[in-house]
Parts: sequence; structure tokens; C-alpha cells
Amino acid sequence: MTSEARPPFPPPVPTEDNQPFWDALREGRLVVQECAECAHLVHPPRPMCPECGSFEKGWREMSGRGEVYSYVVTHQAIHPSFSGHTPYATALVRLEEGPLLTTNLTDIAHDEIAIGMPVQVEFVAIGDGITLPLFRRA
Amino acid sequence: MPSPLTNRVAIAGVGETDYSRESGRSEMMLALQAIKAALDDAGIAPAEVDGLMTWRVDNTSEAEIAANLGVKDLAWFGDINQAGNVGAALVAHASAAIVAGLANVVVIYRGMNGRSGARYGRGEVTGRRGQGGSAFTEPFGLLTPQHGLAMTARRRMHEFGTTSRQFGYVAVSEREHALRNPRATFYGKSLSIEDHQESRLIVDPFHLYDCCLETDGGGALVLVSAERARDLRQPPALIRAAAQAGYARDREFIDTAAASLAPRFWAQAEVAPSEVDVAQIYDHFAPFVVFALEDYGFVERGQGGPFVEGGGIRAEGGTLPVNTSGGHLSEAYLQGMNQLIEGVRQVRGQSTAQVADCHLSFVDTGIGTGALLLERAS
Ligand SMILES: [Zn+2]
Repeated sequence: MTSEARPPFPPPVPTEDNQPFWDALREGRLVVQECAECAHLVHPPRPMCPECGSFEKGWREMSGRGEVYSYVVTHQAIHPSFSGHTPYATALVRLEEGPLLTTNLTDIAHDEIAIGMPVQVEFVAIGDGITLPLFRRA
Repeated sequence: MPSPLTNRVAIAGVGETDYSRESGRSEMMLALQAIKAALDDAGIAPAEVDGLMTWRVDNTSEAEIAANLGVKDLAWFGDINQAGNVGAALVAHASAAIVAGLANVVVIYRGMNGRSGARYGRGEVTGRRGQGGSAFTEPFGLLTPQHGLAMTARRRMHEFGTTSRQFGYVAVSEREHALRNPRATFYGKSLSIEDHQESRLIVDPFHLYDCCLETDGGGALVLVSAERARDLRQPPALIRAAAQAGYARDREFIDTAAASLAPRFWAQAEVAPSEVDVAQIYDHFAPFVVFALEDYGFVERGQGGPFVEGGGIRAEGGTLPVNTSGGHLSEAYLQGMNQLIEGVRQVRGQSTAQVADCHLSFVDTGIGTGALLLERAS
């Protein structure tokens, strides 16, 4: 899936709490928020660690490897601007480090997607300085 | 130890408008028509109301409702910032207020032009344009409530072996109930399991007939003390238990909120799920009826599919009839309100698909985000 072929999904609006996640993607790195106190991985990023209550955090680089945990295929265009863009698939990928990430699969036909399928991150720039972490067959 | 709420409060009146695709009326008018009907049902004058509660992303504020009813002193009000699934939770809040003496006559209401106005199915109510937490879902095409729910449904199918065909028996059973209910949107229109399986995919694994309706309409409940309810027009529906649970945020897309609510809900009720006579369950999507049956403990995990396929939720011969008015799939999508009303009718003996000798009537309004057990007054 090239960025031009993507359906007109809303781009992410980064905030103070998750800006480093988006900055790293632009540099071709997938990072997940890691608690500086207890090393718990938190995704999506949030201000406080739910394990220990710390506000101190770092960002751990992920290997980019994972597997399909669940997926849906949207057939109905929920808005007229999506006509011609359906069906499209959205997947949850379980990173090998643990976190679940919502994403799209770039090179896998809808009827070939299966839970447990190994996948590998790929970085797709969509404009306005935003890069998304999408996944392809590993 | 019994809960201080147990059987201290009753739902004394219920009311609804007609259900349609285009009401031609404001949401305020729909709410007020339903409230008036519920107060008439109970035999209580509008100005006696001193508590108002709703949940909304619409235009029916408590202050404006109070002005219409002629309420002089509004003692208790509040709504919960959540899309649709908190109706039974508000019953818990209202009951607590009545037991604590903070209010005497509390009306819970919902008025919505869910079809002709802003549509949930198009993300027009819940879409966040990539802001907040949606920055991690919407850019990948998860745009409506059904998208995240379909993700859970797929994972549970994988975990427990439940099939789309089994989900179809939820839709078929509810349609049978709707055929007995003249208020239902699909009154007079039958549905077969083949119709379900052949219907187009909306968000795979959801077929068209797995998805709830979008409805214009209003509904309301009137709550008073159990003592007061005994002298009113209708047989009281006593509130045996009522509670709510928040979404689990770090979830694995398997457990519903019912998994965390169930132990404390049944403890509060001092009732086992097997003792329940009839259930109304929040069927925004048919698979979630199966998941609720499992997570509330009516059946074991993995047994919900075979249970519905075997006719377990049918009014005709089922051991636990579910969504006996037709539910959100076939009666109307009033975000739990129509099911709260149906739950009351069952303990009154007034349902169009009445369960014989109904003592305990269960209502879920969000697969765990709100639950209610009603008991017939002896
Ligand atoms: Zn921590």
C-alpha cells in the first residue's frame, strides 16, 4: 500500500504525551513508552505508569517483529469519501516485546490474513511530517 | 451482607415514543414524550419529579427537561460522558440517590434521532479526528464503535471457536421476538439463518444482520422508593441489584467489562445467574450477546455459541430468553433504554413475548458497563 492509495483516514494528532513516538517513526524507528522506574511498556503512551504510578519515562526501541493478534476487514464505506477504498483491513499486531499495536498490513490479501501470522514493521510517510508504522509479511 | 440497595427502590413507570427512521421531531420532544408517557404509566405528576438523569451526546439537557416538566427544585441530576452503554448504570446512581434521601422521584431518559440525526454507524458521534487516544486507531481505519468491537469478536472466535453462524442465531432468535412486538422496527419481517449468513459484510466478522438498527425515538423510566411504588398504578419492578463497570483500558481484546462486573454484581444481588428468568443484553452487535452470556457466567466460556444455536435464548422453549422485545437488532436502538423498559415489562407480566412466572429479570446495558436485576414484588 503506497501512501497515495491509502483511504482518507484521519492523520494522528500528536500531543505532549506521545510526540516522541511519532518523532521516532519519522526517523525509521518504532519505539514504545517505557517506565523509567519499573520498565513497564505502555502503549498507547500515557502520562502515568499504570504499574507503579511513575511519571518518569523513556522510549524503548522495538525490534519491529510481531504477529497478527486480531484483524477486521471493513467492507462498508462509512462515509462517501471512502467509496473505492473498501474493503480495507485493520490489524492488531502483538509486538514480540509484548505491546499490541493497531496497524494496516501492506502486502497481504484480505483472505490470507490469519491470526498468528508473522509480520515485520515498515515505515510509511503519509505527509505533513507523519510516518505510520505499517506491517508486511515477515 | 445484603446490599443497602436491595429492593429499596422500584421502577414504577416506563414510557417510550414510536420508533422510526425519521421522527420529524426534536430530540427534546422525543425525550419529553417518553417522560410524559412514563409518568402517566406510574401515575405521577410531572412537577413531582425532583431527579433527572441521562446519558447523551445529544440535545436534551436536564435543565431544559426540568423547565418543560415544571420542576421547581431539581435536587439530583447528572449524566455520564460515555456514548451509549450506561443506562443500567444510571439506575444504580438513581437508586443510590433515592436510598440516601437525595431525591424522591428520579426520571432516567434518553431521546435521540439516531437515524435522521448524527449517526453512530458513520462515526459521526464518536469520531475524534485522530485526536487523543484515537491517534492510535483512527489513522488505521478504526473509525466507528463497531471497528474495535469487531476486533474483540475476531479474537474471541479464535480463542473459543465461536462461529459467525452461531452469532446468526442471536439475530434470528431476536427477530422471532420482534415478530410478536408491534412496536418493533422489524415487526412483520422474518429472518432466517441463511438470510443472516448471506447478508453482506459490514465490518468482517460482522454481517449486516449482526449490526443494531439506527433509530429515532425516546424512552424513560421513573424511579421511586419501593414503599411509594406499592401505591402506584403499575406492579413495581423492584431493583434487586444495579451496578456499573468501566472499560478495562489495558485489555487484550478478549474480556468484556462484564468479566470484571459479574462477581460483584451477583454478590450484590445474592442471586446465581442460573436463577435468572429472562435477560435483556446490549446487542449493539449480535456476537456480544454471546460474549455477555459467557462473561456474566450464564454459560461457560466457549459455550455461548452452542447455547444460542441450540435455542437457549428463544422465548419459545429457551432456558434463558434474551432480548424478548427484539432488542437493538430488531426492535430499536435506543442505547439500552428499550431493553430497560422490556426488562420492567417482563417482571410486570406485560411483555409481548412474556416469560411464564417471571420473578427475576436481568438487564445489561453495555456488556458490563451497566447491569440491573429486577425482581417482581411479592
Ligand atoms: Zn512503572
